Amino acid sequence: MNKSPNQKNTKSPDNSGHFGPYGGRFVPETLMPAITELDSAYRKARRDTGFKRDLDHILKHYVGRPTPLYEAKGLQKAVSQGIRVFLKREDLAHTGAHKINNTIGQVLLAKRMGKTRIIAETGAGQHGVATATAAALMGLKCEVYMGRKDMVRQVMNVFRMELTGAKVIPVLSGTQTLKDAINETIRDWVTNVGDTHYVIGSVVGPHPYPMMVRNFQSVIGRETRRQIRRLAGRLPDVVMACVGGGSNAMGIFYPFIKDPGIRLIGVEAAGKGIGTDLHSATLSVGRPGVLHGAMSYLLQDHWGQIKGAHSLAPGLDYPGVGPEHSIFKDSGKVEYAAVDDEQAFQAFKLLSETDGIIPALESAHAVAYLKELAPSLPPKSIVVVNLSGRGDKDVATVAELIRERADK
Amino acid sequence: MNRIDRMFSQIRKGKEAALIPFITTGDPDIATTEKLILEMARQGADLIELGLPFSDPLADGPTIQASSQRALRHNINARDLFGMVRKVRKKTDIPLVLMGYYNPLLQYGLSAFAEDAAASGLDGTIIPDLPMEEAGKWIAAVKTRGLDNILLVAPNTSADRVRKIARVTQGFLYYVSVTGITGARAELPAELYQGLNAIKQLTKKPVAVGFGISMPNQISRLAVVTDGIIVGSAIIKLIEAHTIKEGDDLRAGPDLVKKVGEFVGELKEATKKGG
Repeated sequence: MNKSPNQKNTKSPDNSGHFGPYGGRFVPETLMPAITELDSAYRKARRDTGFKRDLDHILKHYVGRPTPLYEAKGLQKAVSQGIRVFLKREDLAHTGAHKINNTIGQVLLAKRMGKTRIIAETGAGQHGVATATAAALMGLKCEVYMGRKDMVRQVMNVFRMELTGAKVIPVLSGTQTLKDAINETIRDWVTNVGDTHYVIGSVVGPHPYPMMVRNFQSVIGRETRRQIRRLAGRLPDVVMACVGGGSNAMGIFYPFIKDPGIRLIGVEAAGKGIGTDLHSATLSVGRPGVLHGAMSYLLQDHWGQIKGAHSLAPGLDYPGVGPEHSIFKDSGKVEYAAVDDEQAFQAFKLLSETDGIIPALESAHAVAYLKELAPSLPPKSIVVVNLSGRGDKDVATVAELIRERADK
Repeated sequence: MNRIDRMFSQIRKGKEAALIPFITTGDPDIATTEKLILEMARQGADLIELGLPFSDPLADGPTIQASSQRALRHNINARDLFGMVRKVRKKTDIPLVLMGYYNPLLQYGLSAFAEDAAASGLDGTIIPDLPMEEAGKWIAAVKTRGLDNILLVAPNTSADRVRKIARVTQGFLYYVSVTGITGARAELPAELYQGLNAIKQLTKKPVAVGFGISMPNQISRLAVVTDGIIVGSAIIKLIEAHTIKEGDDLRAGPDLVKKVGEFVGELKEATKKGG
């Protein structure tokens, strides 16, 4: 990048939604009124004490916040002597992942705006479940687009969405996974923009989504700051999280972004290896481009066609990433690393054994990188890993992997 | 005065509207695209929109998505499109406008893309995911090279915003007939005629309407209130119907070019009935 903007006293994003060269609003004209309306409704809601009170109330009494910050002594022993490892337990939030922080906020906002219908995309189904849940809670109609391939891989989440009253619409176009589910949800939104709100599940999409989702997810990092001070008497040295679109990472990083000396590390999915075509390591090996309404790093070919992504963790299986992560990569505020399917699989088993916590395969990527990093950390380092979700949804996938190996 | 301006000033003298067919470059193959341009021009098309296929066409319905996918089987890219236009430009003077999503332009390099597009004989671009606020760099790149960048307005665009967009658009203003994606519709919204009349009050530039229009009777009604009518999915469907699939291979059937030409001729006739 030619110039990295001075972020000290500038607003990020600026009023038109740009994070330096990234972000923006690359959408069909039909959506411009909708995202402008959303932007101003969100800015108004943010300043409204009634909205904040309602949101806090639901997060506390329905979602179960604050989620615990737990010192994982078993994992600590297994990765390195002499450092302290804390897990931010988003897996204990209602519906089993951090996704609910955002969907509650957005559905509450949609209701204020007088929208009667909620739509969402989902990959693994966690965001779909969280959206369907929020819509059920607030009495709004909900439809969720999901790639046909993902519907087969994640049958249980399809059923959970249907139980909470949502309609799951199979996406048959393109790769039949998350990327095309987003395309299809945008097409629905363009068509039904009057009465419908689109709940995007990550810090991606056109402005104001990356900013709004970041702010709703920042509750993770704000709680972590308070909790680590209480438990360890000081702020951590390292904060780590997995990055697909990047919402759980942004949520825990953002409240630490101005603290010098804290290493923030985002862990991408290297799939079968970043040298292959089967990975989701967008920031590690992608190039900037425009997809789904924003400029950001992307996996793409020479001509700008978007490539398919791969990860054992379906929630990381996305060829783009949030625009603010792109500026954090360029400015060096956040370090980005990648671990492959095998490392994530081993970390999934490790944490299950050491602490009795079955992590989501997505979150297992962060745990896997901790294993790599730990030996190089100074003694007494304090590390926080965002455990963004629980692994119940992945048990069948992992059981199959274990069986396959036993057969060999 | 460029080809687009000349065409519209002539259209406005006669009592008709311009007929603007859309086809995807490379569907089913690039040689057929070249033949289609010449045949459609012969049958009375006034301007042709050439789609640059993209993996994630989020403003398009199933018909044009499938068409893009067919073209991408042959890995059709911008260089192929420019090469084809350069050849066809020697044989016809019809205005040719590229319709494509922003990322392929960005990856080619905006200046290089504008340079090569103009040199090949293209007259303009329509980029559905590049609204006015984000279009500054692209407009700067085309301005010095004599290309028009055509902007879109939708039925839910406010009058104030229509005025702003109309000031910036070049060549013509693209009016999206429905809040929705591309694709033939049996019925067009009743508000469309009012909407078009309102738009015509806000700008003196030519206005062309597209999305959902597929039938001659729709066209003759629209011809009274607009300068141009864009037909995409209905033509693509016809191309699809006359494409022969052998295993993974796609090729044009013997009647494809003739049938599309006849259909375009019929649509063009309908643009004259209004006046």
